[in-house]
This record gives sequence, C-alpha cells and structure tokens, in this order.
Amino acid sequence: MTKKKTRGLLIGTGLTVVFLFYLTPFVMVVINSLKQKRDIIKNPFSLNPEMGMSLENYAKAFEKMNYVKVFGNSLLITGMSTLIVIMLSSMCAYYIVRAKNKGANLIYALMIASMIIPFQSLMIPLVSIYGAKLQLMNNRGMLIYMHVGFAMSMSVFMFSGFIKSGVPVSLEEAAYLDGCSKFQTFAKVVFPLLKPTTSTLIILNVLAFWNDYLLPSLVLGKKELYTLPLSTYAFYGTYSADFGTIMAALVLTLAPILILYLFLQKQIISGVVAGAVK
Amino acid sequence: MGTMGKNRVDRVKNFGIFALPAIFVFITVVIIPFIYGFYLTFTDWNGVTDQKNLVGFANYVGLFKDSAFWSSMLLTLKYVFFSVVLVNLVAFMLAYVLSSGIKGQNVYRAGFFTPNLIGGVVLGFIWQFVFSRVLVNVGSATGWGIFSTSWLSDPNKAFWSLVIVTVWQLSGYMMLIYVAGFTGMSEDVLEAASIDGATGFQRLRQIVMPLMVPSVVICLFLTLSRAFMVYDVNLTLTGGEPYGSTRLVAMHVYEKAFTARQYGVGQAEAVFLFLVVATISGIQVYLGKKKEVEA
Repeated sequence: MTKKKTRGLLIGTGLTVVFLFYLTPFVMVVINSLKQKRDIIKNPFSLNPEMGMSLENYAKAFEKMNYVKVFGNSLLITGMSTLIVIMLSSMCAYYIVRAKNKGANLIYALMIASMIIPFQSLMIPLVSIYGAKLQLMNNRGMLIYMHVGFAMSMSVFMFSGFIKSGVPVSLEEAAYLDGCSKFQTFAKVVFPLLKPTTSTLIILNVLAFWNDYLLPSLVLGKKELYTLPLSTYAFYGTYSADFGTIMAALVLTLAPILILYLFLQKQIISGVVAGAVK
Repeated sequence: MGTMGKNRVDRVKNFGIFALPAIFVFITVVIIPFIYGFYLTFTDWNGVTDQKNLVGFANYVGLFKDSAFWSSMLLTLKYVFFSVVLVNLVAFMLAYVLSSGIKGQNVYRAGFFTPNLIGGVVLGFIWQFVFSRVLVNVGSATGWGIFSTSWLSDPNKAFWSLVIVTVWQLSGYMMLIYVAGFTGMSEDVLEAASIDGATGFQRLRQIVMPLMVPSVVICLFLTLSRAFMVYDVNLTLTGGEPYGSTRLVAMHVYEKAFTARQYGVGQAEAVFLFLVVATISGIQVYLGKKKEVEA
C-alpha cells in the first residue's frame, strides 16, 4: 500500500513538473508583456520590476498592430471561409452519397487522393496562376476562395461518412412526397441531422483558417488586408528589440483563441479528436 | 441507381445545385495548380510576368545539383525522426497517466493541449523569447554553462530547440488521441489481466500495447506528415539560422522560389517533396488496409 502511495506521489510530482514546463512559456510572455525593456533584460522572472508593471505595452501594440482592423480581417476571413466550406461540402457530400454514379465516385476518389498533396507543391503554381496570370491576389475574397478549396476534400470526406451511416433515405423520401424540392429536403431534413459532423468541422476549420500563415502571406500583400498571424509577423520584424511591446502583441494574438477555448473546451477537444480518428 | 433525380434534366439540375460549386472550387484551387505545377518544372518562369520558356529537364538537373536542398532534406529527416519519436513517447506517457483516474485529469488534459490551438508563428516567437532571453538569464544567474549563450545561436542547439518546441506543440494533441484509445479499452480485459496476476508492466506490454496499436498508427502518421511540412515554427523560431543550419525542406522550397526567384527549380523540389509525402501516405494506407483484413 505504501509502495503504491509513493508511486502515486512520484507520478503526481512528475506530472506537475511537466505541466509547469508546458505552461511556463505562456506565463513568461504574460509577465513580461507588463514590463519595460530594461527590466526584462535584467530579470525576466521578476514580478516586482524596478520600473513597475503597466499596460503601456498593450496600448502601443494595440495601436501599432492596427489590432481592430487586423482582428476584423481575421474574423471576416475565418468566418466566411468556414461558412462557405460547410455549405458547399455538405451539399456535395450529400450528392456524392445519394447519386451513386460513376462521376460522383470519381470526384470523391480524387478528393480523397488529393489530401496527401503537401501545400508546398501547390503554392508556386497558385501564385503563378492567380497572381501572374489572373492578377487576383491582394484580395480577401481570393483568400476565402482558396481556404474553401483546400478544406473541401476533408470536409466532404467527413460529411459523406456521416451521411452514409447516419441519415436514412426513408426520411428524405417522406419529405419529398410531402412536396419538398430536393434542396428543401436537404436544408430542412438532412442538414440538421448532420450537426455532430458540422460542429466538428467548424472547429477544425476555424482553427486552421485563424492560425494559417503561409497561404495568407502569399495572397495578401497589402498591410490593410493582413490577418492576425501576418500582422504579428510584420510587427515582430519592426519591433524585435522592443521586448515588452512584442510580448504584449503576442498576448493580443493569443487571447481570442484562448478565450474561445475557455468557453468551448469540451467541444474543441472532442472535435479535434473526432477529426483525427476519422 | 441513385436518388438524385427522376430523369436526365432533373439529375443535371441537382448536380448543378449540390455538387458543382464545391467541385469547381476544389478543382480550381487544388487539381489545376497541382497539374500546372508539373508544367512549371519544365519552364524558366521568373515569378513576375506571365512569360515562360520551356527548358526541358534543366530544373530537375538543378534539383539534383542543389546541395543546399539535399542537406535540408537530410536535416528534415533527422528532425522528423526525433520529433515523431519524442512527441509520441511523451504523448503516450501523458495519456497513460491521465487516463488512470488521477485527480484533475481534465484540467491537465486541457492544459497540455493548449499549445495546439495557437498558430506556429506565435509559438515560434514565444519560444524565441524563452531561448534567447529567459534561459540565458537563468544561465547567468545560476552559472549553468548550458544556458550561458542563446541556444538559437548554436547550430546544434538550435536544431534541438526546434525539436523541443515541436514536442511541446504536438504532444498534447497526440495525447488526446491516445487518451481516446485508453478510454475505449474494455475495463473487463484489464481487470481479467489483473486477476490473472499480471503486474503493471506486464499488463502494459502484453494487454494494453497491442490494443493501442491503431492509436499509435494514427499518431505516427499525423506527426510524420505534420513534421515533414513544418514551416511556421521554423520561420519564427530560428528563421533557418544560424548560418542556414536549421533550414528545413519546406522553408528551403519557399526560399528557392520566392527569395532566390528560381521558381522552376523550387517547384521541381516541391514535386520531389510531394513524392516523398505520397510514399509515406501510401505506406499508411497499405498498413491500414492490412490491419482491417486481420481484424
């Protein structure tokens, strides 16, 4: 019994140490976001710096990052991309599962196969086609369009898996006989049944779009179109020696997603697991 | 026959409403650029104008002659190996402890997962501060030689910094998948093993491990493909420095094309990267299929 207790204590201690290691970087950033540069260099751990703690760095970062504008861009791009990909992919998956013809199967196979293509082997042709040839870059709509395109195959894959196993055709037939059109049947009967997959996909896509850096950096060249990751990167380049302000900028970038996590922890965790295991 | 329309007109209409928009976006964003990418490897595109000349296999010759590419490929393989092994080891242990009914295990799980919610750009900057400021400060306060200079200014230590940050970022995610594996395990099996006199370690090795194989396979391939493609953390933690010693392959391809403006060679290297990733995924699918047959 005592042996078991010691073992439990050991595991508990080890776990706490690892846990602290995991959280330390965040804690360091938050503490130092409140301090002046000289104090940060002197002792990043100090909670009682000579020049005191203040929110001054936040005011500066907020203004210099153009936070309101940038946050708005991120919100608009993430929101629209997610909305569109959910709509288009659920309808497409429904068509593929129910039509059961050769063309639909071919498209489905193409989508599955495309999931292995690394982004790096598409980025140069994307710039060549949409930038040099069509001159469509520097446009938030274009970024949304590309986000939708890249997220399509995984979303169709997950929706069609669910429709195959979880949506009985008999329900649709009943609605159809009641005079609903094919689209009405989908919108009123089928789509509400897809809710578990819809929420999983919303979580996965929102996280991916919100945090994406490489694709937005290729599409959006103008400062006023920047999303949060782009603006953080540009800001760091300009103020890299101004540690306090940098830390404040990092906290401002982290905050929205962490606040969301605080409220939707359970949904986010189960969504991410569902997305990986499927 | 399917249920998407009674006659031809109806079927075409439904295809147009339901499937066409999604397929159109998918094809224009993924499939056309993918095919066009092969064409680009045979041209001397300069990245600005729309003008291109066909140059035969010159870019593939360039690919084989680009020693920086091969050294970054080698470095990536080393990075992938250590990341995959360490991420999964740490994640598995965390999951084992955190599914044993420990007090506050949900808080721990949520905490360990947090780094995954945040984009690589921000994570890299956070750790840059930790390595170049916080740890150096620890070094000068304690006199520990290992922290006396920034890890990011030494090629070897900068490489390990990348691995550490990757483990920190991904292990919480893999932990969740392993936790799902552990909790899905039947209590009866474990209990029966205990009654039969299996010790903790025997139980882990002979009962738990075989049942965890599917989770391990998922996690291995998730970490494998993530690690191969890593770019954001690489960019903001080390930026490929010092002296280009930590430039992983994704960053190399980016710089070849967009910085050195050798788009054709860059795309040829991207195609090579695709072949590597496709091979790995092919093995994954094959193993998955084999598992299904056995089960």
